[in-house]
Amino acid sequence: MAGAASLHARATIVQPRAIAEPKLVRWTLIGTTLAFLSLFLFVPLAAVFYEALRKGLSAYLHSFTDPAALAAIKLTLLAAGIAVPVNLVFGLAASWAIAKFQFRGKHLLITLIDLPFAVSPVVSGMIYVLLYGANGYLGPWLIAHNVQIIFALPGIVLATVFVTFPFVAREVIPLMQSQGTQEEQAAMTLGASGWQTFWRVTLPGVKWAMLYGVILSNARAMGEFGAVSVVSGHIRGKTNTMPLHVEILYNEYNFVAAFAVASLLALLALATLGLKTLVEWRSAVALAQAEANPVVQEKAS
Amino acid sequence: MSIEVQHISKTFGSFVALDDVNLTVPTGQLVALLGPSGSGKTTLLRVIAGLEQATPAPGIDSGIRFHDEDVSHTPVRHRKVGFVFQHYALFRHMNVFENGAFGLRVARPRSRKLQIQERVHQLLALIQLEGLAHRYPSQLSGGQRQRVALARALAVQPKVLLLDEPFGALDAQVRQELRRWLRRLHDQLHVTSVFVTHDQDEALEVADRVVVMNRGRVEQVGTPDEVFHHPATEFVMHFLGQVNQFHGRVEEGRVRFGNLELPFPQYAHNQDGAARVFIRPHDVTIDTKTNGLPSIQATIERIHSAGAVVRLEMRTDAGQLLFAEISQERFATMHLTYGGTVFVRPRHIRVFTDDYDNCTRSAPLSI
Repeated sequence: MAGAASLHARATIVQPRAIAEPKLVRWTLIGTTLAFLSLFLFVPLAAVFYEALRKGLSAYLHSFTDPAALAAIKLTLLAAGIAVPVNLVFGLAASWAIAKFQFRGKHLLITLIDLPFAVSPVVSGMIYVLLYGANGYLGPWLIAHNVQIIFALPGIVLATVFVTFPFVAREVIPLMQSQGTQEEQAAMTLGASGWQTFWRVTLPGVKWAMLYGVILSNARAMGEFGAVSVVSGHIRGKTNTMPLHVEILYNEYNFVAAFAVASLLALLALATLGLKTLVEWRSAVALAQAEANPVVQEKAS
Repeated sequence: MSIEVQHISKTFGSFVALDDVNLTVPTGQLVALLGPSGSGKTTLLRVIAGLEQATPAPGIDSGIRFHDEDVSHTPVRHRKVGFVFQHYALFRHMNVFENGAFGLRVARPRSRKLQIQERVHQLLALIQLEGLAHRYPSQLSGGQRQRVALARALAVQPKVLLLDEPFGALDAQVRQELRRWLRRLHDQLHVTSVFVTHDQDEALEVADRVVVMNRGRVEQVGTPDEVFHHPATEFVMHFLGQVNQFHGRVEEGRVRFGNLELPFPQYAHNQDGAARVFIRPHDVTIDTKTNGLPSIQATIERIHSAGAVVRLEMRTDAGQLLFAEISQERFATMHLTYGGTVFVRPRHIRVFTDDYDNCTRSAPLSI
């Protein structure tokens, strides 16, 4: 009953005239926003699918039978499949250290985690070439031991890991900090080991934030162009990821195939948005709960 | 299981939280650590639990013993303490049952489902929350959360039970109720328990023994009666209830304060010394006329008559504020008014004097 009543109340709230803008201003603002969104978001998205399906569904589907396209899809999945779990482990470890412990250099670590956001992806790709390339610092040693990193899968994975590593940590740290360490202390007094405490108490507490970070980092891993472009070498069917493959096809004036692969990336983006909204909602609930039971900093009393 | 604390110190940077604390908690007792915030009571509790490590003091035989067994170096998870946190620290993603079962599950991951169920339901019955086994902590009231936290701590059959401000976050009525409930529960279980509180009523009402702490040191240990009626230090006198304080002198068996001079045989020296004289508000008699007995003249500034006793705020001729409590019956017969003059006659006073060795002596005096 109470729920229904409040819902009803919310539905009948009318914005008071005193703080409302004149009609003309309102419609101008709304119109501008809609025009902007259409021009930069909806039309391009529709154009991708329009171009991809321009010569019919069979031409669209035929684009995916190309071995080079299949190889690009596989490589993208593989690179993301390695980079995302690596960053999940790193992100959780870093968040745990930052949120639950006090140590020297903590602020430096937080700054370093944000570094990939600040550095141009091309630059980060270049650094890996400089380090592991044939003419790089470690190049001669790697060649002598027959290890290829640049222009091969390891380089692509390295570049992807670099550009995606802030995502999980950035999502998990604030939640862990707001949850504090009381539950962990309680678990320890109840006889739990550090490992048991982590699996049974810490991790379940942050699972939604963690999943949100994974989704974001997966989207970025699959869509990354700049850093991967530098280290991949664009070997068709071998070191081309999906975004790189799209570029090559486009440069070859093979528009249907280019937009067909691009449409896959666009679909991925839409799926990510959907998942993100769902998880965002769940993690907002978790955060609200954490804040509803605030942790008072332990004082020596 | 007794607890023995020997020469424990703890510093946080330059802040001394515990300063050479010694304490014995006898088996089966319920002991209150009472003190203002910053007195070190929570730190002491956490050191006993093993959540905090004492600052090592070289050359001193320091340590924590549970029943003669040194646990100073035992990690918290092997100490078998039940710890109830001030803000409950319930596992928010587990329901009441899972919270209660946690300690049993981590201790023996392979233990039988039925055994765990039986034990947890037994505990939920004990805390009278059987119907709420499937609720999550966010769906419980403060008092219910507190009881769940207690059940969770008891599930692992701890040797000692430690409670940090167990009623601190609850409103007055629930506090009262839970206090009595905790006392009954302790009488049922007899597990050695220590709880931290800054509320003297709580400590005096619930505990077998009260440990009054101040600035990282133990000021006095005793039964509620002892600490209330025979405070060992001026701090304890101040902390346990309201008190009027006078500065006076002692000399040759007499004490002088305000305009009063009373016999004080405890101090026989002929050299006079400083004295602090304390009078509890309920240890005075108020008269509207002087009857020759030693009394302090004062003017009434405030009357609080809404309560079990009537509280008076008065000011002496020397300008000092004076508090008194009289019964409603006596108040009804007296016709006291604001600005009226009264004579305040102390019945019991407590005098603290500094000895030659700078030791503070306290002595009671009945008039």
